[in-house]
Amino acid sequence: MKRFAALLALLLLSSMAHAQNAPSVPDKRDIPAANMEETRMRALEERVRALADEVAALRRELKTLRDTKSSEPAPGSHLLLASARIEPGMLPSNATSTSAASVAPEANPAPPAAQIAQTQTYGGATSNAKLLNPDISLIGDFIGTAGRNTVSPSRSLELHESEVGLQAIIDPYARADAFISFGETGVNVEEGYVTFTSLPAGLLLKVGKMRAEFGKVNTIHNHALPFIDRPLVTNNLVGGEDGIDDAGISLSRFLPAPKNWFLQGTAQVYRGDSDDVFQALRRQDLSVVGHIRAYRDLGESTNLDLGVSYARGHNTAGSTTLNPENFLTNLYSADATLRWKPLRRAIYHSFLLRNEFFWSARDQLSPLNIFQTQHAFGLYSDAEYRVNRRWTLGGRFDRSGRATNASLTDTGFSGILTYWPSEFSQIRGQYRYGHLWDVPNDRFTNANEFLFQFLFVMGAHGAHPF
Amino acid sequence: MRDVSSHARVFALIAAFALFSAVCPPPASRADGKLRIMTATTDLASLAQEIGGDRVDVESIARGYQDPHFVEAKPSFLLKLRHADLLIVVGLELEIGWLPPLISQSTNPKIQVGAPGYFDASRFAKILEIPTGQVTRAEGDVHPLGNPHYWLDPENGLRIAKGIQNKLSEMRPGDAAYFAQRYDSFEHRLKEADEKWLAEMKPYAGRKVVTYHRSWPNFAEHFHLDVVGYVEPRPGIPPSPQHTVELIGQMKRDGVKVILVEPYFDLKTPNAIARDTGAKVVVLMPSVGGEKEITDYFKLFDYDIDKLKQAFDTTK
Repeated sequence: MKRFAALLALLLLSSMAHAQNAPSVPDKRDIPAANMEETRMRALEERVRALADEVAALRRELKTLRDTKSSEPAPGSHLLLASARIEPGMLPSNATSTSAASVAPEANPAPPAAQIAQTQTYGGATSNAKLLNPDISLIGDFIGTAGRNTVSPSRSLELHESEVGLQAIIDPYARADAFISFGETGVNVEEGYVTFTSLPAGLLLKVGKMRAEFGKVNTIHNHALPFIDRPLVTNNLVGGEDGIDDAGISLSRFLPAPKNWFLQGTAQVYRGDSDDVFQALRRQDLSVVGHIRAYRDLGESTNLDLGVSYARGHNTAGSTTLNPENFLTNLYSADATLRWKPLRRAIYHSFLLRNEFFWSARDQLSPLNIFQTQHAFGLYSDAEYRVNRRWTLGGRFDRSGRATNASLTDTGFSGILTYWPSEFSQIRGQYRYGHLWDVPNDRFTNANEFLFQFLFVMGAHGAHPF
Repeated sequence: MRDVSSHARVFALIAAFALFSAVCPPPASRADGKLRIMTATTDLASLAQEIGGDRVDVESIARGYQDPHFVEAKPSFLLKLRHADLLIVVGLELEIGWLPPLISQSTNPKIQVGAPGYFDASRFAKILEIPTGQVTRAEGDVHPLGNPHYWLDPENGLRIAKGIQNKLSEMRPGDAAYFAQRYDSFEHRLKEADEKWLAEMKPYAGRKVVTYHRSWPNFAEHFHLDVVGYVEPRPGIPPSPQHTVELIGQMKRDGVKVILVEPYFDLKTPNAIARDTGAKVVVLMPSVGGEKEITDYFKLFDYDIDKLKQAFDTTK
């Protein structure tokens, strides 16, 4: 490093000296042949340019060296020379590796070699032009349905969703994640937000469109669910498939907690438009979501994850009245998850039990046009067991009132079998029974359906949701 | 009237949260002045401990007997990460399935990717099996940047230790001499141990082995083992009957008598192969802490070489 700096300084000086000398040359000697002087000048100019280029090149080199400084051994110190000897992608002969075992400190490390080795080691197979592209992935979600369901029939075969994920670190202070979902009916930005990771006071700020921290299932993308469909309660009380998914601002923070507990609080403000659950007719009709999560390890294989959530916003009931601002929906939820995954056999066996409870208080007009609040309750209970590396068995129980008429309670259960050919594809079958209220016919009907799903992942290896 | 109160409540909520955040700031750095180091794996923790000595507190996220590809991003790790001064990772996308969300949710600016407290150990090591040409997942869960199990070569251990020494000295210039002395001692002891290991393994040079996953290229290269096949048909793909039959045929042809299995893989297929070929299944530890007695980087090689010697001696 020092030698380089010295060399650089020398080169700079000499180039400056040349530059100063150049104009003074014709003053000293009166050369009649003007073209001869011109040639000389040109030669000098070229020399200066060459030197300037050289200085620029050296500067670049110095910069790269500085960037990888920590990796580069300080001259003079006892030096391992690892970097100098690295030849990635090449298997050194046995002879070199034996001698390397007695890594003798060599006296003169060659920094340029180290630098080349660095870039080679790290650059690997990626071409430099692509290095700044975000991580791109596409998840295809194909769903087929057979059987009978007159209440909420779905199509026989559909590419339910193709979700494109773009994820990148934006700058030293933030990262961004965007998930654009191409469905059968159109394109939807499922999520697109920036996360500020370096805020003071331990705050984590997210800005953009996101799935609200309202319970557990609301935060999970379709392809990461342990079932093909969403629980009945999501559809009945939390606005349908997308749930609370809106443009807003989220602030969360770890909270002081008793020993061995993890406590996190999240406060979110949204525009107030989320599927069927919230609707913002005016700018001030914001919705809010609050969530507290408590987590505790019960051992290295078992853990308990608890949460309570609250959401509030304006609903759709008032849109035909004179005072739409009076119609609010308050949602409450509590969730509990117990997970078991033995670390030595994590890829073969695991168990998860999850319960989520929802309460909805929805202001609306009764059929007789009287202002009323419907108090509906719903829950789902889900269990999954990983039998081996490729198969998972699951079951889910559903029960939920309807947000607009709490006295009508739909019930259902599902059995789920999942097969993983690899980490990047998934085949799933689900038998679903439903005892559902049929609104047009004014009676309960039974739905018996078989659903199957193919999921495939292209591109970047996303993190596994926890 | 109602919407005024709703509005007020929204802001009350935000204000309350902000106030709450302000009154309970994150705990300041520790009184004893030790650097807090978190590592992705136990091997890196052991190396960091060697260099940092009593000036650091080191803890690993993954356990030694756990598959480092599949660690769960448990919130309890966030509590440890948020106070860390330095995070040492294996890199080469080994932790891609679990570490990125932990880092971004840790609310710790010091350890964000690219920050001074983020240390990618792979930058200092000799990396093998960097794929060239087209990389597709038809080859399974390939690591496009090279094989991430590089710490299983004592030379790489030394290289990483050197990198850690430089990093620690940069973070605590006052202790630089201490770290340099610790490194010198480590280098001395490791070289001595390595000579012993190489001598012990010398009689078995060139022995053919089959491994479950591609965890051992650096180990095999350093100790002159010849890995001729894998129980997994492709990295990350569970064994298939067809591949197992092919592997048995190959092992019989090549006279392979030892199958190396990591502690987190099921022994059913390796045992079946062993029965058919007369080979011996050896559960070899890829990481410190894989067994109780493997308490540091030295004992890791002691243990593995001991196991290998036993296996080679009984399967001549």
